[in-house]
Amino acid sequence: MNLAFRLSTDAAALRAGPGGERVRAASLAVNPRISQWLRFHADGSVEARPGKVEIGQGIVTALAQIVAEELDVSLARIRMVPAGTDTSPDEAVTSGSLSIQESGAALRQASACARALFLDAAAAQLQAAPETLQISDGEIRAVSDSTSGGTSGSTSRTTSYWALAAGINLDVDADTAIKPKAPADYRIVGTAAPRRDLPEKVFGTPRLIHDLVLPGMLHGRVVRPSAPGAHLESIDSSAVQTLPGVVCIVRDGSFIGVVAATELQANRAAEQLAQLAQWRETRELPDAQHLPAWLRAQPVESKVVDQRADPAIVSATRTMQATYSRGFVAHASIGPSCALARWPADAASGALEVWTHSQGIFNLRTDLALAFARAPETVVVHHVEGSGCYGHNGADDVAYDAALLARAVPGRTVRLQWTRAQELAWSPVSPAMRVDLEAALDDAGNILAWKHDVTSNGHGTRPGRAKTPALLAATHLEKPFEALIAVNAPLAAGGGAERNAVPLYNFPAWTITNHRLLTMPLRTSAMRSLGAHCNVFALESFIDEIAHARGEDPLAFRLRQLSDPRAIAVVERAAQLCNWRDDARGEGHGRGIAFAKYKNTGAYCAVIAEVDVAREVRVKKLWIAVDVGLVINPDGVRNQIEGGAIQAASFTLKEAVAFDRSRITSDAWEHYPILKFSEVPEVDIDLISRPDQPAVGAGEAAHGPVAAAIGNAVFNAIGVRVRDMPLTPERIISAMA
Amino acid sequence: MVQFTLNGNPCHSGAGDNALLLDVLRGDLGLTGTRFGCGANQCGACHVLVDGASVPACDTPLWAVAGKQVVTVEGLGSAAAPHPVQAALIVYQAGQCGYCLSGIQISAAALLARNPNPTDAEVRSALDRHLCRCGSHNRIVKAVLAAAQHMPPKPTESGA
Ligand code: FES
Ligand code: FES
Repeated sequence: MNLAFRLSTDAAALRAGPGGERVRAASLAVNPRISQWLRFHADGSVEARPGKVEIGQGIVTALAQIVAEELDVSLARIRMVPAGTDTSPDEAVTSGSLSIQESGAALRQASACARALFLDAAAAQLQAAPETLQISDGEIRAVSDSTSGGTSGSTSRTTSYWALAAGINLDVDADTAIKPKAPADYRIVGTAAPRRDLPEKVFGTPRLIHDLVLPGMLHGRVVRPSAPGAHLESIDSSAVQTLPGVVCIVRDGSFIGVVAATELQANRAAEQLAQLAQWRETRELPDAQHLPAWLRAQPVESKVVDQRADPAIVSATRTMQATYSRGFVAHASIGPSCALARWPADAASGALEVWTHSQGIFNLRTDLALAFARAPETVVVHHVEGSGCYGHNGADDVAYDAALLARAVPGRTVRLQWTRAQELAWSPVSPAMRVDLEAALDDAGNILAWKHDVTSNGHGTRPGRAKTPALLAATHLEKPFEALIAVNAPLAAGGGAERNAVPLYNFPAWTITNHRLLTMPLRTSAMRSLGAHCNVFALESFIDEIAHARGEDPLAFRLRQLSDPRAIAVVERAAQLCNWRDDARGEGHGRGIAFAKYKNTGAYCAVIAEVDVAREVRVKKLWIAVDVGLVINPDGVRNQIEGGAIQAASFTLKEAVAFDRSRITSDAWEHYPILKFSEVPEVDIDLISRPDQPAVGAGEAAHGPVAAAIGNAVFNAIGVRVRDMPLTPERIISAMA
Repeated sequence: MVQFTLNGNPCHSGAGDNALLLDVLRGDLGLTGTRFGCGANQCGACHVLVDGASVPACDTPLWAVAGKQVVTVEGLGSAAAPHPVQAALIVYQAGQCGYCLSGIQISAAALLARNPNPTDAEVRSALDRHLCRCGSHNRIVKAVLAAAQHMPPKPTESGA
């Protein structure tokens, strides 16, 4: 997940204080030296080296803005160095909407400290007091007024970062007492700087891992088992061995793959291998038609994650209950996962090198070292951008696959790209969830107590955190590593299944319980917003149900029970955007509102959805008000919010991994449809700027509120509550029947 | 040996009549701007222009382009001389990971060449076979509509 997760038990590294402050120290505490973050060059450029990576979210642009701002240099001078385990600070995983908080805070502090060191050196050289120096695009100027100079006007003496660079030692710890710039003085932060990576992506210039060609590169393909948990009984691969271009076939237990001279030859060989392989299937998958019942029947570990006052309110006169759910959701990136790997020609010396689009290069290194029983220093992991990444997808798994294949050809690089079917059926999936809600009400329908029980697989099997590697093929080997059962991050770090289960409303009492499954027939892990998508859908739908039962406007009902002024502000703003009126609309046309503060520590987001419901739900428009604190790049925030909202609409309306009792069947786009151009709603976003508040991430803030706003709008349109996502035509029809 | 025109230049490929255009472009010819997404004509990532029509290169055998004009994203324009759609995608910051953009530009360029003034709905319908997982759809549509304003006038058709 992130550094907050790793350091949540390390009190020394975390300062007390509000959310933003708590994580502020994290990246810098682990990587204290300025030189780990910044290098200045005589050619007039500054290298910035974040350990967070570009996954399509625009983080590299925002971080460059922070560095340029603090150093007073133009954006064009900042060179962002792609992350590598041999060159970058260890910032764990790029996830949890924490990159601005963690990497941004560290780069800001490192830049402020570097700036102070340069000013001291310049002051000595120019014989001026540091506070009289001015910096403009890296040029440092001592301005003395005309009286001391004896001539009219002012005289100035100058030097620059570039001239001083060679003489400044940045191999020192960043001094956390040095104060960065005040937000009121920002000129680069807060502007809509264009994405640095976009032109190359538009012109098709090689940039992504899929485009990477290394000298003498070979191509691999793996053949996955016929079903999760299946064992390879036998395979006679001798005929494949002699196909044109085939270099070798690699088998280790139930892991089987091929290395060939070209990608096409590898594909052809793999197709034949797939036909020759005899599998024994061992695992029974759940009944996909009855997931809520299946979830409830599983063995679980239950934990009360939050409690307020005594849940036994005596004055309650009645209770309301409802159960909500969703299915498993796939990452479904447009580009299948891809990696390159090379073993040293001499096994005893040199490093295993891996090129990956993983979100966590250091964590991947840890697991590769575990899997191959090597010292971590002998594994080097380079980050290269991939297709859009929305969580723990197949990136780490394909890197391990590539390394397993490349081990057979030491000294040669092997490139491996998964097929579409492998991407959809073998990447980790986001867990199916069930949420049981109960509210105790007084005579007037006021909420006295609230119970939220979430039942789900854990939302985390990320690499680098367990005693055995969390890599797909590690469980397929002749001597397999134990398969991990997914867990949840502590609630202090945002939680997993229980993310956003704790209400932000002023209910007098509540009990929030998380039931984590101890079985895991489908491999689950973290995906954008984790449990928040379903928890907010449930919580915000149930609030609507209670408001409706009272006959109260759902907007007014919410506002009455919120006390955080930033929460109230986004809800009111969203209502203004669409001129909210509490009309019963009906006749197939409706509006719904929902709100959440992501992770209860991140961005505030309120959404109003407008839908038409005939046979299917058509989301026509989303109005979104959002508060991410200090805005580093307003266009970047809008892009992330809009993208997140459209993806959330897709999850909510269409998406569920399909499977029969043995295998995943949604392994092609035709069986895993996502929202299309003609189905995408108009999105209207209003950003509430809070320069005095810590900057928080935007990428996941809309997922929960969009889901619930759509659900509430459907109820408003047809008077029927659909409590199971996705809200497919079949579900709408059966709810109306 | 199949001969065709690739981004304005003559091109011969000995990959075999039935080789897929996408494999030839990305593999032998090293033009990696055209993306592999599904290999099954279901995502739109691999589209190229063949005689002005937007087609999936993953589902196009080499023999089908013999003697024809093939244009990939690399041939559509460049940083120095961008196609109006490319320029607009950058102005509108229309993309996140960008993986879908190569194919989308191709269909957008084909649309604008036959319909220089499309409506919002016409743009969406022309792009409907292209999947985007990052949710960049609306910005892309706005960019294509803006690009329409900057397209060179359509050459008058013969006899018109
Ligand atoms: S790769 Fe050709 S349509 Fe998907
Ligand atoms: S921008 Fe990522 S798939 Fe479209």
